[in-house]
Amino acid sequence: MTKSEMLRMYEQMLRIREFENQVFELYKQGLMPGLAHLYIGEEAVAVGACAALNENDYIVSTHRGHGHLIARGAETKPMMAEILGKKTGYCKGKGGSMHIVAYDKGILGANGIVGAGIPIATGAGYKSKLKGTKQVTLSFFGDAACNQGTFHESLNMAAVWKLPVVYIIENNLYGISVNINRVTAVEDLSVRAKGYGMPGVTIDGNNVLQVYETVRKAVTRARKDEGPTLIECKTYRWKGHHVGDPATEYRSRDEENEWKAKCPIKTFESYLLKNSIAEEDELEEIKNSIINEIQKAVQFAKESPYPEPEEAFEDLFA
Amino acid sequence: MKEITYADAICEALDEEMAKDENVILLGEDVGIIGGNFKTSVGLRDKYGEWRVKDTPISENSFVGIGIGCAFTGLRPVVELMFADFLAISMDQVANQAAKLRYMSGGQVKVPLTIRMPIGGGRSSAAQHSQSLQAWVAHIPGLKVVLPSTAAEAKGLLKTAIADDNPVIFMEHKMEYNKKYLVPKEEYTIPFGQANIVHEGEDLTIAATSNLVIKSKEAAQELDKEGIKVEVIDLRTLVPLDKETIINSVKKTGRLLIVDEGYLNFGISGEIALSIMNDVFYYLDAPIMRLGTASVPLPFSPALEFSVIPDTKKIYGKVKEIVG
Ligand SMILES: Cc1ncc(C[n+]2csc(CCOP(=O)(O)OP(=O)(O)O)c2C)c(N)n1
Ligand SMILES: [Mg+2]
Repeated sequence: MTKSEMLRMYEQMLRIREFENQVFELYKQGLMPGLAHLYIGEEAVAVGACAALNENDYIVSTHRGHGHLIARGAETKPMMAEILGKKTGYCKGKGGSMHIVAYDKGILGANGIVGAGIPIATGAGYKSKLKGTKQVTLSFFGDAACNQGTFHESLNMAAVWKLPVVYIIENNLYGISVNINRVTAVEDLSVRAKGYGMPGVTIDGNNVLQVYETVRKAVTRARKDEGPTLIECKTYRWKGHHVGDPATEYRSRDEENEWKAKCPIKTFESYLLKNSIAEEDELEEIKNSIINEIQKAVQFAKESPYPEPEEAFEDLFA
Repeated sequence: MKEITYADAICEALDEEMAKDENVILLGEDVGIIGGNFKTSVGLRDKYGEWRVKDTPISENSFVGIGIGCAFTGLRPVVELMFADFLAISMDQVANQAAKLRYMSGGQVKVPLTIRMPIGGGRSSAAQHSQSLQAWVAHIPGLKVVLPSTAAEAKGLLKTAIADDNPVIFMEHKMEYNKKYLVPKEEYTIPFGQANIVHEGEDLTIAATSNLVIKSKEAAQELDKEGIKVEVIDLRTLVPLDKETIINSVKKTGRLLIVDEGYLNFGISGEIALSIMNDVFYYLDAPIMRLGTASVPLPFSPALEFSVIPDTKKIYGKVKEIVG
């Protein structure tokens, strides 16, 4: 991996972190309708994984989707506008935080139904297989989604048909308030892969280079028509389940601090500096440009008009 | 014209569309090697290969989802559910995904997906394999809903469904599959949203769906002999609904009977009646009436089953009741 590729990953993680911080601010200021599920703490998963893709590949995201979208190259202005329900948003204000689609970037959509994106990603894989396009689809979902029927059904079909899909579990230990250990008897969710007949691996989801390397191998395998892979990334969401959840009742501050000490961005920053891949001021420059960019996105979103009421009746049928 | 069965007509529509457009594929349980549980895809796997005619595992929710993913990325899939009752299994992908993804994306994506399924009682299939669940899907904005009556209707409407850029729920009546009908020899399609008057009359209008169109026509022919002239309308599609044809007919006849095999309670007939009420109220000579399936799970024994679903005799009786 070249220096510029590594700096790009660093920049993308920062972009997600800053974007999410500003979403939280907008929520606290009462400017955001509804809720949003923040990706803070999990940045290495989306960034490492998406760095392994080609331009014409696909991703399918979840309710906690801002990170995946940014990592895949979605623009922060129309994302932020969508989150504020504005006409200039990616979905013209019809989707909101949980349902952003950026079709021109191969982002087939975030999804409000836990586990529902998994078969859709599998269908994109079916198309690539049938047409021989060599496109690979990344399917992101949480630990809790692994207990949906769609997970089982889709992985089974992808394996038996050898579809070019890479399934990425973001195991952040919780589905809302429920620790995965309370609802699932296996320690590593990747062991389930064996039951479907595909390789499965569990990795450190806070290590962006490890995520990148692992997903790259799986993507290469998929592109060579050797079939799907299941990758479990162990990580942690720093904030509550959504912006309105203080996360006080179901987990300890100690646990939170333990994970914050393993910050994916800090870890990567130290790596870049220690190995003299980048200088301090270089990184500082990136940080400043990101803060600047997200500020502009917030401003754009705030200043954009709301859709007209009549627009509620547009876009139902093609 | 040529004489073929309703099942053959569906097969021909699939065949013609698959030949025309290599993005058309068929997914479902047993659609491949044996050509479908009701023989609606015989020979297609041999002709188009196993990737375009795929036998799926028993995973209704996810293979509908796979159809959506295919549709998103440029294919034009037809997904078959073995029975409409299995909509209950796949309802998340049908109602929360297929129906909504275009709208929620602000029009960025389209979902050219046809989901076919057999509806209807009459085969002693009992409560889990006999339902007519058109009200479930017609209730959800974003889905088109099609109920072909005869083989000719099935062929022309299915070709339109496959070419449509939106999710279409295509409901075939399982009592029709083996019946023979005259079908045009040359290629043709039937547009959505255009009801078809299959029998003309001045005394009463019947608006019917699926194979109850045929039964309504039988009743109308019987009533003709008694001098009661019934106009029978084949609604063809519930979404979009051709209200115009119903309204114009009722303005002429002053009486309306709506006939549909779905459960009567909270079903489509109540909705159709009220949605045209403003337009026809001052033209009515009698209250709008309806026939549907009684609100019990479809019973197994023929002695019970036929007592709860509409048929020619019940239609005949209802018309006599209204006309007085
Ligand atoms: C089918 C369904 N059930 C329940 C919910 C409510 N819900 C939203 S997110 C969530 C937890 C999901 O946890 P996980 O998949 O681990 O993702 P995470 O939020 O941790 O990223 C639940 C239960 C939903 N949106 N969809
Ligand atoms: Mg989780």
